[in-house]
Amino acid sequence: MDYFVNVTLTGLTQGMIYAAFALALVLIWRSTRIVNFAQGSMAAATTFIALALIQAGASYWVALIVALASGFVLGAIVERVIIRPVEGGPELNAVIVTLGLFVAIQAGIAIIFGSSFQSFPTPFGVRGFEVGDTTIPLTPTSLYIIGSVLIVMALLVALFRFTRVGLAMRASAFSQEVARLLGVKVGGMLTLGWGLAAVVGSLSGLLIAGGTFVWPAYMDALIVFGFVAAIIGGLDSPVGAIVGGLILGLALSYVSGYAPRGSALVNISALVILIVVLLVRPGGLFSSTTARRA
Amino acid sequence: MGPLAQPAGSQRTNDSTPTSRLEMTGINVAFGGVLALTDVSLTVEPGQVHGLIGPNGAGKTTLFNVACGLVRPSSGRIAWRGEEMRRLKPSKLTSLGIARTLQGVGLFPGMTVLENVMIGAHRHARAGFFSALLALPTSDKDERLLRERAMRALVELGAGEYAGRYPGSLPYPVQKRVALARALVSEPDLLLLDEPASGLSEDEMHELGDLIRSVVGRMSVLLVEHHMDLVMRVCDRITVLDSGKQIAAGTPAEVQNDPAVTEAYLGDAVDADADAAELTHAEGGRPHA
Repeated sequence: MDYFVNVTLTGLTQGMIYAAFALALVLIWRSTRIVNFAQGSMAAATTFIALALIQAGASYWVALIVALASGFVLGAIVERVIIRPVEGGPELNAVIVTLGLFVAIQAGIAIIFGSSFQSFPTPFGVRGFEVGDTTIPLTPTSLYIIGSVLIVMALLVALFRFTRVGLAMRASAFSQEVARLLGVKVGGMLTLGWGLAAVVGSLSGLLIAGGTFVWPAYMDALIVFGFVAAIIGGLDSPVGAIVGGLILGLALSYVSGYAPRGSALVNISALVILIVVLLVRPGGLFSSTTARRA
Repeated sequence: MGPLAQPAGSQRTNDSTPTSRLEMTGINVAFGGVLALTDVSLTVEPGQVHGLIGPNGAGKTTLFNVACGLVRPSSGRIAWRGEEMRRLKPSKLTSLGIARTLQGVGLFPGMTVLENVMIGAHRHARAGFFSALLALPTSDKDERLLRERAMRALVELGAGEYAGRYPGSLPYPVQKRVALARALVSEPDLLLLDEPASGLSEDEMHELGDLIRSVVGRMSVLLVEHHMDLVMRVCDRITVLDSGKQIAAGTPAEVQNDPAVTEAYLGDAVDADADAAELTHAEGGRPHA
């Protein structure tokens, strides 16, 4: 029983990180209909910025804030400078550009920060809390991960639901042309959307790095899981991305915890889950809801 | 669709009205080698409803799109409130006091009716971008005012009860009313209506006509429409286009009795020479609007 709870909690924690990454993809897909393959290496870049600060003596929290802020700036710059010129052309162009960017940023990280393995600190312990004399399998680190992702998600919901800027961003996502006619500065909304998405992506990168090693390609596994989570959820639904992330996190944790030689099966099971979901519901789990609304 | 009783919360007096004149002079538009509009001139006088009619493919929508910056004319002059607009951009329309509705409805599907209308009132929000993003107190108050203003516009158009619904779940005529509320909520000086009566029943069209007449005290209207009875009833002046050329202009009565107009609409099978002669006659006979 303890083992089951432990595996479940691990799955939920990992799932939250996948959910954050998937959410970053969904935010960009909704606003610009571009699948941002560069999301992973953009997040890696900000994690390395945080690492450089920490190695220079800054506290984890300062590094976290600087990393998230630089994620915003990086996302905004990428949209303005690299994506804007190819937008409006054939859809594939922008996707190929983000793929190129993915490779370029990863190479840039290796050039600037080196390609060796470096350990990334975590602000909290990984020992479970003690209740009486039993240790429950809930660690401060997993609480931190779950909590920080939840806070970011709540802030995003508040932004989109209750602010004028959020309203304008949603309008731009539904129809750029109509929004423009109504006086919305669509270009600014797209830049802001990319910036925010990059913040969420950066958070997932920082969280997955905590307590382990980072190297320029350390995000590769998360990129795959994040994509799978986003597609499970339907790529168009923020709620879907979160649910997809949690489903994937739990499923992968059970596979690695219970299946024989489970840890070797994790990557394959992610793809199996993806294929099954796409066979049963080609639009993703949350597609029908959006279709009905539309 | 109730009449819009008073200018919704507006402090505007009539002194802005006389200048709100839209003049389009000598507009030419070519798509590739095809001339979509040839030397078309049209003036929407302040406080008037100006109708733009013509058979399918006459260039009505093109001219309409020129007026809101979606299509750039190859030559010609557009002046709004006496000032020439050289680089008219769609995103600048609302700040110029111009609002347009779209063919169809063009509502945002995943946003509630109220939120849709709030976007229309966007330009009236005072708080800056960052205070809105950070939800500072000024922005909070702003947000509330925006919501109230949008709600008022919906109620005025008799769609208040649908504020919390999603557009896709509403009947088409209600969606059209919402779209109209979204255009009116910005309190424009010029309202561009693109086929507002399409898909409406006889009664609803009548209400629409009353509504259009009731807003002209506050704004000028340029109306593109197929339904002749509506156009004849609400318009002060009418411009008729055919094949990208202006074939008639004048009051509804003048236009109705113009042989060139009858011919364009009934598609009289005369030979090309006679057709051209008729056209020249019609154009020569009438001064531009």
